[in-house]
Amino acid sequence: MAIKVVERLPLSLAERTYLPQILAGLKVTWDNMVRPAVTLQYPEERPTIPNGYRGVPTLVRDPNGREKCVSCQLCEFVCPPKAIRITPGEIAPTASNAHVEKAPREFDIDMLRCIYCGLCQEVCPEEAIFLQSQYSMTGTNREMMVNNKAKLYELGGTLPDSHYKWDRKKAEAERQAESGH
Amino acid sequence: MEQLLNDFLLSKAWYFISARGLTAIVILMSIAAYAVLLERKASAWIQGRVGPNRTNHPLIAWIPFVGTFLQKGGFIQPAADGLKFLFKEDPLPGHVRKTTYILAPIIALAPALLALVMLPFGRLPTGEVITLCPGADIGVLFMFAISSLGVYGIALAGWSANSKYPFLGAVRGSAQLISYELAMGLSVLTVFLATATPDQDNALSLVSMVDAQKGVWNLFYHPVAALVFLICIFAEANRHPFDMPESETDLVGGFHTEYGSFKFGLFFVAEYSHMIIGSSLFIVMFLGGWHFAPGVPTVGDGLIASLFGVAWFFFKLCAFLFFFVWVRWTVPRFRYDQVMRIGWRVLLPVAVLNLIAYFLWYAVKG
Repeated sequence: MAIKVVERLPLSLAERTYLPQILAGLKVTWDNMVRPAVTLQYPEERPTIPNGYRGVPTLVRDPNGREKCVSCQLCEFVCPPKAIRITPGEIAPTASNAHVEKAPREFDIDMLRCIYCGLCQEVCPEEAIFLQSQYSMTGTNREMMVNNKAKLYELGGTLPDSHYKWDRKKAEAERQAESGH
Repeated sequence: MEQLLNDFLLSKAWYFISARGLTAIVILMSIAAYAVLLERKASAWIQGRVGPNRTNHPLIAWIPFVGTFLQKGGFIQPAADGLKFLFKEDPLPGHVRKTTYILAPIIALAPALLALVMLPFGRLPTGEVITLCPGADIGVLFMFAISSLGVYGIALAGWSANSKYPFLGAVRGSAQLISYELAMGLSVLTVFLATATPDQDNALSLVSMVDAQKGVWNLFYHPVAALVFLICIFAEANRHPFDMPESETDLVGGFHTEYGSFKFGLFFVAEYSHMIIGSSLFIVMFLGGWHFAPGVPTVGDGLIASLFGVAWFFFKLCAFLFFFVWVRWTVPRFRYDQVMRIGWRVLLPVAVLNLIAYFLWYAVKG
């Protein structure tokens, strides 16, 4: 690689007095001063959260109101800080979604441990757990910082579903049963 | 002796002096407090922020329009800051030299308050000058002498703290003061050379200085002296870009590293007081004091004119304090050796040459 020698020009008298530079600097700061502030008045004004933001992990329902988690516990296994605790449970045979067979009886995410890495969302085969836009999670004691199942569904709400995996499985099973396989 | 003291305590002079003293303290303290607010607001604006706009008191917030305005402008903030300094725990570190440690903030603040008494900031219709100590004709000497004493506060604070960084800060502060005091004095000398006449008996009075600027400000007759003086008051007040005694980045907190709560608050007020004194001196000597603008006659006459004069003085003071703040958030801090080089190898020769030039000019002119 060729060496390029940068010519260092000697400073002119004006540059050596440093005063023109200070004046230029004062102009820069003045321009900044008359510009409107870029800060948000936080509690009153909230930032717009971009898509794909990794906020507090939440559990979601599908548009039919069915809880999507089937308590496979993959998120519990993958969670690096071991923030997730799942107690699996059965779904009552009489329930409308009995064909899904399993659902979490308890689902706790300890937000004091969570590192917002998003691995739970990535690993979930049911697309049931999502890191959504809630960025402010506060509490006055340790218990308040643990999100239980009800809280997780309350935070998560309903997300659109493009698969309806279990409905299609049920339909497929019924079709096969009809055709005698 | 006892009789003398009794006479003094019973005489009117006692109330007179204490009233004036209180006035000086109240005025200076409140201007210093609001200078801190100005500093916080202006730095916020420069950095694209909003600055303090939350502090309020329920009683003030209750006033419909004014309450909101005061809150948005942060005008209650100085009270909160002051109370914070007042009510914080004031620990005395075990390793300090206690007497000097306690004395240092007082020594830093007292000269700043004392220097203010000589400051003339207006003229009554009767011709009497509005000042805290009327009739003194050595104004400028007194102010220079007393305000320079403030560095003893810094030196003692650094020494008594008994640790490295405060000590380095104190050494820097003292060296800086000595370096810049010379250039400052020489630059002022040119101005007095111009305004004072040989047979004048109040040649060093700040009042006659202001009177001499009724037509044209000294700034236009003595631009070089004004520039040198301006740079020197920045250095004297230990403000950016010359805040060597503090320089947070290399000296932790400089001379007041070991101080907290109200003692630190006193240093803080002292710094702003020095800004106020430096600005006032500059206004009196170069910016026409209480005269409105060059060539423009004062508005109104009689009492209105006097009030306008005082108002102009305070307006100029506020503008100058803003300039201090503006420069602080623009120019980065000089290195210590650069500060010394500017002081000794640039400002001092420039001031001397300027003085010689004016000497020659007046010698030729006669």
